[in-house]
Amino acid sequence: MLGIITFLVLLALGYGFGQWFERSHYRSILEREQELKDLLIIQSKIIPPPFSSGHETFLVDGSVVISVDYFKQFVAGLRNFVGGRVTPYETLLDRARREAILRMKEEAKASGADVILNVKYEMCSIYKGRRNSIGSVEALAYGTAFLPIKTMPVVER
Amino acid sequence: MISNLELIPGKRISKHLGLVQGSTVRSKHVGRDFMAGLKNIFGGELKGYTELLQDAREEAVARMVEQASSIGANAVLNVRFSTSSITSGAAELFAYGSAVVME
Repeated sequence: MLGIITFLVLLALGYGFGQWFERSHYRSILEREQELKDLLIIQSKIIPPPFSSGHETFLVDGSVVISVDYFKQFVAGLRNFVGGRVTPYETLLDRARREAILRMKEEAKASGADVILNVKYEMCSIYKGRRNSIGSVEALAYGTAFLPIKTMPVVER
Repeated sequence: MISNLELIPGKRISKHLGLVQGSTVRSKHVGRDFMAGLKNIFGGELKGYTELLQDAREEAVARMVEQASSIGANAVLNVRFSTSSITSGAAELFAYGSAVVME
């Protein structure tokens, strides 16, 4: 009996807080994506002509560790019986990736870069939950930022 | 200079020096593991882990750069990162790239 009560309480807590975290996170993601949309990402190893000279390059990265909630784990467990889309995990991974990209863009913007090339993603499950299910995932995004070199004004004699 | 492209604009590669790598294995202390357990009920970001992995990744890059400069390179190109969880308590962060001499 006590076991069932604990389970239901955990499920309710997981659902309440989990949904709240997710909604506020998505709000902040959408807001910041709008803010940072001017900083282009070009998914190419070949440097486009406008950036091939007069630029300095440096590596930028962004990472985040996001945890599932109890409710999501429970739903995913149920899904394992019947198969099909596991929507709670889809949104979790989507949030993690988009947050990683945003952090990378923020780092690039802070140093005045105008474009990021060749972005790579990396995903890792770093903490195992119950019965070896996914507990927390780390998303990493990295790329090369191009920073225009400020040229000194030419003094005419 | 570190880049994950295969060249750096306006510079020429004068010599290739082969693969360089750096890695570090980090584990989390009990307090943080406890917090992670709690967060697994409520969901949300694990700020402690984010910072820990970020620090560890910087160290892996620093080791890679150290190896590159010890063989006389001044840039590492085509850098890749990889993270793997070894046990549930520790993660390995790994960075590798191609060491080159730039003009």
